[in-house]
Amino acid sequence: MAELDPASALGHRELGLTDEDVLSMYGHMLLARAVDERMWLMQRAGKIPFIISGQGHEAAQVGTTWPMRRNQDWMAPYYRSIASAITFGMSAEDIITAHLAKGDDVSSGGRQMPGHYGAARNNIVSVSSPVGTQVLHAVGLAMGAWVRGDDMVAITSFGEGTSNQGEIHEGMNFAGVHKLPVIFVCENNGWAISVPLERQVGGLSVAARAEGYGFPGVTVDGGDPLACYAVARAAHQRAQRGDGPTLIEARVVRLTSHSSDDDQRRYRDPAEVEELKEHDPIPFFSNRLRAAGLLTDEADAALRAEIKTEINEAQAQAEARPDPDAATAHRWVYAEGAD
Amino acid sequence: MAELNILEAIRLAMDEEMERDPDVMLLGEDVGRKGGVFGATEGLWAKYGDKRVLDTPLSEALIAGAAMGAAMYGLRPVAEMQFADFVYPAFNQIVSEISRLRYRSNNSFGLPIVIRMPYGGGVHGALYHSQSNETYFTSTVGLKVVAPGTPADAKGLLKASIRDPDPVMFFEHKKVYRLFRADVPDGDHVVPIGRADVARPGKHLSIFCYGYMRICALEAAEMLAREDGLEAEVVDLRTLRPLDTETLLASVARTGRALVVHEANRFGGFGAEVAATIAEAGFESLDAPVTRLAGPEVPGVPYHHNLEDWFMLNPAKIVEAARSLAAY
Ligand SMILES: Cc1ncc(C[n+]2csc(CCOP(=O)(O)OP(=O)(O)O)c2C)c(N)n1
Repeated sequence: MAELDPASALGHRELGLTDEDVLSMYGHMLLARAVDERMWLMQRAGKIPFIISGQGHEAAQVGTTWPMRRNQDWMAPYYRSIASAITFGMSAEDIITAHLAKGDDVSSGGRQMPGHYGAARNNIVSVSSPVGTQVLHAVGLAMGAWVRGDDMVAITSFGEGTSNQGEIHEGMNFAGVHKLPVIFVCENNGWAISVPLERQVGGLSVAARAEGYGFPGVTVDGGDPLACYAVARAAHQRAQRGDGPTLIEARVVRLTSHSSDDDQRRYRDPAEVEELKEHDPIPFFSNRLRAAGLLTDEADAALRAEIKTEINEAQAQAEARPDPDAATAHRWVYAEGAD
Repeated sequence: MAELNILEAIRLAMDEEMERDPDVMLLGEDVGRKGGVFGATEGLWAKYGDKRVLDTPLSEALIAGAAMGAAMYGLRPVAEMQFADFVYPAFNQIVSEISRLRYRSNNSFGLPIVIRMPYGGGVHGALYHSQSNETYFTSTVGLKVVAPGTPADAKGLLKASIRDPDPVMFFEHKKVYRLFRADVPDGDHVVPIGRADVARPGKHLSIFCYGYMRICALEAAEMLAREDGLEAEVVDLRTLRPLDTETLLASVARTGRALVVHEANRFGGFGAEVAATIAEAGFESLDAPVTRLAGPEVPGVPYHHNLEDWFMLNPAKIVEAARSLAAY
């Protein structure tokens, strides 16, 4: 009798992922978490005035952005998209530099507040603050590729509270009409600052809305990166085939308060907050990798140590970068000279 | 030279630009098969196909937001708002997103977008088909705002707007779409954004105007010359942002008197900016206070012709304002 391979139980091979791929996905999740935690420390130390966290969303973000082709596909993210931005090619240093608002920060040159990711060189649209606007930009990018006949798929993400913005309806409807190559990802963490899902979404399902737009809506466990990858891969293939959009609703947890300006103990049951840790996607995935024989305690420790060094260096490099010069603040309202 | 009306000039500009540059595309409500509710895009759908001349759903935020996405992708979208009155659902996209993307990304992204909007009253369109809402956009840094008053300028400015690397709000007064024909230079006639036009030279007072008001002001100047012997200089601003302060101040230096005329209401209107510019930089040239003649302080153009006529500016009202300014 052939010996059972514990790794096959993970199911990644059926998804076309190698052992290295899943370990790399895990590494991206760890890196995103480590950057996030470091920024909270920097916030407490008074180096950053504000932070808005992606903790709890890492599996959903890494899983849904993993099928996207770097420098070919595009992403219109939102303020929790640290892991997505990293998967799309931003580095820990880019992200810390942006949070420190340094003059050569790739996202905005110190013009935008923390959490406003973006990098033209990585096909990442610049994030703004009014929620939901980015969904139309992803639709417009997909429209551009469709008009030109290019092979490009756009992905965009937003919260379930944001899913109630009219612009999202306008964008999804149009994408449905023309079967545009776009993937909508709702990272549903159950809370929009202090207002819970029950008071945000009539019907309680964002995915169910897709039916009205004429494309599939799927709900997935956002704590499971492979489950997220599976639905996103299918969505990507569907978009590439010209069959149109998919709406993915990833059920995730918000492990932190809404932002560093918020205290969730004021509106969230302490027992619920305590219980949240059990839904942390990082130990969940780590345990599955161990059970599959793909990760040992030593390898995990080594990976974490490597990431810690990377972050220490990233922070040191970022802090050493020059602050923006007020003499440049008037620039780039319009194109200057030859564009 | 061809004799065209403004609508034909606008259509020709889009046609020529689409022919010249495959990245130029049109999108909006009914712009495709129908050719637009005013006919501005007539014939272009048949010529360029239904992707480059794209009928969108009834979704203004989508029109602006998708134009932004497509522009980031490398296209040059020319979006049509069916009426300027219906741009408000897209306001968030225009003001929060389109106007500030270049600045907020520190020049990583730029948006070559034109948003064409039929505006203005005098067409029995009442409160919601007559608005002159240009100041929402002239007060938004990051946008350029253009409002032509002749067929040649309509063609030349639209071509310049389509080629511009930044977003341009292009205001087309509905009343003048088919009002008259005039010579339009053939071929690559481009009128640079940001230059006013001295439409009629004069020495006694300057009338600053744009869009349909250029036509009214020229008629008024004719009457003033005939009946009063007053030589009014008519300056068509053509571009509201960036404003050609040089031409504006040079005119005031010649005449010493400034009358600003616009159909939009007066309070906080574009005339306030023109008046402030003259007060700050042309004070010494002035022989009289800068005067504004503008639409009345009501929320919109009322429907019945008695009411609409009361609302609308016309050559006679401009003559009257010019006479009292000249007499100061
Ligand atoms: C148009 C707009 N309204 C309000 C806000 C303030 N605001 C920022 S985030 C947020 C909650 C968003 O919740 P959700 O979409 O569920 O995403 P989450 O933060 O939970 O990931 C609110 C109300 C905003 N940024 N933009």
